[in-house]
Amino acid sequence: MCRLAMKTASEPFSPYSVLQAMEAMQEGYDGSGLGLLLRGVTFADYKYKSGDPILSGIAHTESALYRLNDYMQDKGFTLKYDHEFDTDFSLVEAKDRHQYFVRVYNTPSSWDSFTQEQIDQELMLTRLALRKNGEENNGDLTVFGFWPDVAIIKEVGWPLTIGDALRLSDNRISSRICMAQGRQNTNYGINLYACHPFFVQGIATMTNGENTAFIPIKEYLSGVHWPGYTGYQSDSEVFAHILHYVIRKLKLPLEAYKHVITPLNSVELSNHPQGDFLKGLRDVCRRLIIDGPNCVMGTLPDETTIMCMDSKKLRPATIGGNPGEWALASEMCGVDAMIPERDKSLDFQPMRENSIIVPPDRKEYKIWSQFDPFPLHQAA
Amino acid sequence: MVSIRSIPSTPSSLTYHDLPWIIEHREDRCQLCGRCTSVCPKECLQLTYRRQRMPRLDILQKKRGSDYKTFVGIRQKTDLDHRCIGCGMCSMVCPNEAIGPKPNANDERARFHSYQKLDAAKRGGRRNDRSSLLDQIMFNRISMLTDPALDAGRHEFYLNTILGRILSPEEYLRRKQTGEWIPPTREIFPFIIGSMSFGALSPNMWLGLLQGVAYCNEVLGIPVVMCTGEGGCPPWVLKSKFLKYIILQIASGYFGWDEIIRAIPEMQCEPAAIEIKYGQGAKPGDGGLLMWFKVSQLIARLRGVPQGVDLPSPPVHQTLYSIEESVMKMIQTLSMAWDFKVPVYPKISGSTSAKSVLNNLVRNPYAAALLIDGVDGGTGAAYNISMQATGHPIASNLRECYLDLVAQGKQNEIPLFAAGGVGKNGNVAQNGMALIMLGASGVHIGKYIMQAAAGCLGSEKDRCNVCNVGICPKGITSQNPKLYRRLNPDDVAQRVVDVFSGIRIEMKKIMAPLGRSQCLPIGMSDALGIADKDVADKLQIKYVC
Repeated sequence: MCRLAMKTASEPFSPYSVLQAMEAMQEGYDGSGLGLLLRGVTFADYKYKSGDPILSGIAHTESALYRLNDYMQDKGFTLKYDHEFDTDFSLVEAKDRHQYFVRVYNTPSSWDSFTQEQIDQELMLTRLALRKNGEENNGDLTVFGFWPDVAIIKEVGWPLTIGDALRLSDNRISSRICMAQGRQNTNYGINLYACHPFFVQGIATMTNGENTAFIPIKEYLSGVHWPGYTGYQSDSEVFAHILHYVIRKLKLPLEAYKHVITPLNSVELSNHPQGDFLKGLRDVCRRLIIDGPNCVMGTLPDETTIMCMDSKKLRPATIGGNPGEWALASEMCGVDAMIPERDKSLDFQPMRENSIIVPPDRKEYKIWSQFDPFPLHQAA
Repeated sequence: MVSIRSIPSTPSSLTYHDLPWIIEHREDRCQLCGRCTSVCPKECLQLTYRRQRMPRLDILQKKRGSDYKTFVGIRQKTDLDHRCIGCGMCSMVCPNEAIGPKPNANDERARFHSYQKLDAAKRGGRRNDRSSLLDQIMFNRISMLTDPALDAGRHEFYLNTILGRILSPEEYLRRKQTGEWIPPTREIFPFIIGSMSFGALSPNMWLGLLQGVAYCNEVLGIPVVMCTGEGGCPPWVLKSKFLKYIILQIASGYFGWDEIIRAIPEMQCEPAAIEIKYGQGAKPGDGGLLMWFKVSQLIARLRGVPQGVDLPSPPVHQTLYSIEESVMKMIQTLSMAWDFKVPVYPKISGSTSAKSVLNNLVRNPYAAALLIDGVDGGTGAAYNISMQATGHPIASNLRECYLDLVAQGKQNEIPLFAAGGVGKNGNVAQNGMALIMLGASGVHIGKYIMQAAAGCLGSEKDRCNVCNVGICPKGITSQNPKLYRRLNPDDVAQRVVDVFSGIRIEMKKIMAPLGRSQCLPIGMSDALGIADKDVADKLQIKYVC
C-alpha cells in the first residue's frame, strides 16, 4: 500500500520534512519510488516572481537537454532561472540520469494578449509537446510539470535516499505545499510518469490504493478528446483529471468532487435536501465513479487542499496541525512526523462521507459532509 | 412382378429410429395405466393390441411349440407430425419408471423430411446450439494483494443500472440551470425479464412473473422490471400500481395498443419504459407470429382481433419509411403520450447495421436506450432457418457498438442493453456480467426465466420446441386452460424471486473480487479474459490460456 504525506503551511518549508514523514511511514511501502510536488515554491538564491511558469523534469542525456533548450527558445520562452541540484548521482538507482531540472521561464511576448484560459492551454500543450519529444527519442526527456508556482520531482528509489541525492535538506528550495507519495506505480509497468502526484493545469492529486474502475473512466475521459486527458500509465491518474473536469470543465465547486467520485446511494439521496440535483449529477457522471479503496489528496492552484475517502472508508487518513500549518497523511505517524507540536484534539480522520478542505488561509480546516447541502445556488 | 406392398416405402417413410427422440418403453415395468399416452403433447404414443409369442418347452415330453397371447401395449408413431419431442412428460407421469425419451445417437433422417405440407419447418423455442461464447469468458482481474478485499456478504453493493438517456454532464448542468426538460431515467436491476407477450405466455405464467417481479421490488428491494412483449397487457394491470415494473412493448402488429392507449388516463403510475420492437434476435428481419392455436378468447379480446386466427406482425412498422423516420416519429410520439416522463427505446436484432442504428439514436434527444438482441434469442414461433442460421452473435455486436460510443465520448449516454443467449446453459449471472463488462448497461433474459422459473422443458438439444402450437406440456406457453392450469402462478412467483435473489448474490461474488461495489462494472473490459486469441482480439479483452 502506498503512503501519502502532504503538508500545507503559510510559511514555506523544506520538502525534506515531508520526506521524513515518509520515512516514519516506511513500514507500509516498498520504497520503490518518490513523487514530490511543491506548490508555492520559493528559492533561496532567486527571487521567484509568482506566475512565472516552472518547468520541472529529468533530462536523461546531454543531447536531450540541448533539444529542450532549443525547443523552448524556438517557442519564445526565455530562461530566467535554472535551479541547479547539487546531485549525488551515487545515491540514484537509475544510471541514465543526466540532469534534474527545475527552471523558471518567461512566457513568450506573443502571449501578452492571451486570456488566462489561453495561457493555461498553451502551458499544458508545451508540457505535452516536450513529453512527446522525449518519448520520440527513446524516453530521454521526462517533463513532469510546466506551471506557475509548481515544481515536480519523481524518481525511482527510496524516498529519503532520493531526497539526499538531490540534497533537498539544504533549504535552497522550499514551498508552502508539499505532496509526497512513496511508491512507483506497481500495478502496471514502471514508468516515471506513473508515480503520484498527478498534475494537470495546476490541479494535482495523489492516492493510495487501486482504482478498479480505471478502464471505463479512462475510456470516458479519452472520449472527451481534450489534450490534457492523456497518459494513464497509472490507474490513479484519472483522479486528477476528474478533479480538473469537475472544477474547470463543469465549473462546479470543489465539494462536487466527492459527489462525483463517490456518490451517495439512492436512499440517502432521497433524504438529501438537493437529492434531485445530486441524483441527476450521479447519473450523468456515473462513468467517473471511482471504485476501490482510496484516499485522495489534492491541491488546487489557489493552494486549497482537499482530502477525501473511498465510499467504504477502506483506507486510513488523518489531518492534524495548527492554524497556519496542517499535515495530511495516510498514517497518523506521518502527521506526527510533520507537525509533532500540535493540539492532537484537532486531529481528524475523515469518514466515507467527508471531504477535508483546507482553504488557502489555512486558519482551520473544514469538514464537509456529503449529507450537507451542496454549496451551489442553481442546485437548490 | 408384384411389389411387396407390406413394406411402406413412400419418400417420407420413417421408422422411429430415424426420429430425433426415441421413446424407450419397458414392457416388463409397464402397468398399462395409460397416463403417458394421455399426457403426451404430440400424441406420439399409440395404444396397440399386440400378439406375442410365448415359447413353450415341455422338457419331460420333449415337445416344443408356441403359445400366443394378446396384450395391450404402446408404440411410438413415426410420422413427423407426431414425432416425439423429448419433453419427457411421459416419464414424469409414469408411476413405474417404464418409459422415457432418449436422444437419437444416430443420424436422424427426420431433418431431411422437415419440409412438409407446402411449408418449411417452423417451431417455437430456441436455436438448439449448445455452444456459448459467453460461457467461455473469465473474470480474471482480481484485486487480491494490494487492497483490503471487498466482502460480498457484508459490504454494501450498488448493483442497479440506469435505463434512460443520460445527458453529458455539461448538458445536464446547463438544462438544470435553465429549467429545461431532463430525460426520464429509471434505476433498475440489470437483469430484465425480456419481452414475452401475453399471448405467447399463458395467463398463469404471466401472472406468476408479475407476482414475482412485484415481490422482488416491494419486499426484497431488487428493482426488477419485465417487458410485456407485443400483445398488450391485461387492463387491470395497466390501471394498477404494478405498471411501474412493466416495460410496454409496441411492435409492428400494434397488438394490444388500443387497450394501452385507452388506459392512459386511468393509469396510476407510469410504465417503466416503452420498448419499440424493430427486430428480434431469434428471427431478425422477420415479424412476430402468434399462431391461431394460441389466439384464445381472452387473447382475442386483449388484442382486439377475432378468435382463432393467425396474428402475424409484419417485419417492419408499416407506417415507417426508414429508421431515421421511425426514431423521429415513433420515439417522439410515444414520449409525448406519457408527457416525456417515460423512457422510450428501440429493440433491434443484432446485425451489422446495429451501429448505424445506434449512431442515429445518439443524435436523437428522445431516444432512451438501445436493446440489441443477438442470434441466440428465443421465440414463440419462427421458421427453423431464421432461428438456426440468421442473425449476429451478441458479444461482438454489442462490443462494437460500445466502443463506437467510447470513441465519441458518449459511452452509456445511450445505455446499451444486450440479449440473446444469456444464461442458455444456466450460467446466467456469469453471462450477464460478461456482457456488462463488454459494455452493456443490462441484459434481457427470456428463455432462462422460462426454464428457471417455470420449468420450461426446452433445452439446447432440440427438446420440446412446441411453444408455437399451444401445446406446451408445462402450460407455460399455452392458452388452453387444461394445460395452463398445470402451472401454479404462486410457484412461478416463488421461483422468480429465488432466481433474482440468486443472481444478486452471484453478482456480488463477481464484483467483490474485482474490487467493484460502487457502480456496475460497465465496460470494465480489463477484467475479462478468454482462451481464444481471435475472440480476445475482436472483443479487445485479454487472451489467457
